[in-house]
Parts: sequence; C-alpha cells; structure tokens
Amino acid sequence: MNFALSIPLEHVFVLAAALFCTGLTGVLVRRNVMFVLMSLEVMMNACGLAFVAAGARWAQADGQIMFMFILALAAAEVAVALGIVLQLSRRFDSLDVDSADEMHS
Amino acid sequence: MESLFYIAAVTALASTVMVVTGKNASHALIYLIVSLLSVAVIFFLLGAPFAAALEVVVYAGAIVVLFLFVVMMLNLGKGSVAREHAWLRPSMWILPCLLTVPLFLGLVYALSGEPAQTAAAMVSPKTVGTQLFGPYLLAVELAGILLLAALVGAYHLGRRYLSERREEV
Repeated sequence: MNFALSIPLEHVFVLAAALFCTGLTGVLVRRNVMFVLMSLEVMMNACGLAFVAAGARWAQADGQIMFMFILALAAAEVAVALGIVLQLSRRFDSLDVDSADEMHS
Repeated sequence: MESLFYIAAVTALASTVMVVTGKNASHALIYLIVSLLSVAVIFFLLGAPFAAALEVVVYAGAIVVLFLFVVMMLNLGKGSVAREHAWLRPSMWILPCLLTVPLFLGLVYALSGEPAQTAAAMVSPKTVGTQLFGPYLLAVELAGILLLAALVGAYHLGRRYLSERREEV
C-alpha cells in the first residue's frame, strides 16, 4: 500500500529550518548540559528531515541513507557525550556547562 | 490527507519548543519523544517508511532511553527544577533569538525556490538496503568504525565513573 502524499517541498524545508533554529536557540540559551544535548539531538533530527524530504522529491533512496548516517552519528555522539556528562557531574557536582571552564584564562 | 502533515508538523514544533524551554529533564525527554514520533509520521507521509521505523526504534527507542538512564543515574530531584528557574532568566532568550530568527528567515528565503512537490511514491526498504550495501558500502564501514570508537570512548569515560563510585561505597 502506498500512503505517500504529495506535499509542497518548501513546507517540509520550512519545518526543518524551524526545528533546526529552535534547537540552535536551545544550545545557545541553556546552561544545563542535558538540555544542550537534547537541543543538539533536535538539530540533527531537523537535518535528517531535510535529507529525507529531498530524497522524497525525486523518490530516491539517497535521502534515507544520509538520514541513517545521521542516526549513526547521533548515537555515537550521545554515547560519548553522556559519558562526559557523568564525569562532569562527578567532578564538579553540577550540570552547569560553565563549571568546566578551567581553560578560561 | 495533506492536513495530516500539517498536524504532525505543528505537533513536532510545539513539542520541540517544550523541550528547549523545559525545566524538568525527564518531562523534556517525554516531549522529545513526542517530537521524534511526529517527525516519524512526517517521514511516513513523505514515502520513507524505513526512515520512519528507524526514527521510532533508534531515536525514540534507544537514544532517548540512554538519556533517561543518565537522568536516573544523576538522580535529579526537585532542587534541579528550582536551579533551572534560577539559570533561565527570561532576558537570556533575547540575544539568542535575535541571532536565530534572522538565520531562520535566511533559510526560508534560501529554500524557497520554484514550487516543487514531493513525489507521492514510496521508497521501499528493499531499495534503501540495496543502495546502502551497493554504492554506499564504504560509508557503512566508516559508520561502523565511528560507532566502535564511540563504544570504546563511552566505556572509557563511564568505567572510571563506576569504579570510583564503588570505592566511595
């Protein structure tokens, strides 16, 4: 069965851009490192949406394949970043990203 | 039927805003799951059922659960919500929004070309699989090496945390 719809490509791209900018605002504003990582996930997901939409424009599989590589990248990034979060909370007893500023002058 | 796309898009945007502005980490993770599921619906409507399934299984099922494990390990209590209130003053949103809103408008301007529609055709998982292990084989191997490096790195970072925790007890 084919459920696929014909959706204006611009609308999908506008949604992806809006999700990306929301995530970027989160990365810039938040101080809690957990929320920074969640915002990064949102940004990567928005990139994947743009890739899948571009793949759907020409009904090619390449967009979905790039999405899968983004997925692998996100999984690798989250695994390492959460290890760093555990170290941060152990050493500084805080989730504030500003607590790890030893190299700041 | 097209309205389904717009409903999912509004749901995704609203839940993403709740993730970014949330105070409680576990509530924000639930909103993140809602956002990812609505993006999965959009993938399905775009004719990418394999990407939709991966979005649910890997993003909502594995990555968010990893986040939840760490939230549980950090044992964030009621104090963390009060601390978030102290950290997040409303005035802090002004400058980042001044930076990202022009970026959004620029992206919308750059992406609005001649009107195009997505092809209402489904790209089957079989097509994706044959492409993945055909022309993209080298990239799949590189992704595997990246995941192995992440595994070793995460083990190294987490092992010291666990062993020193044990010494304290």
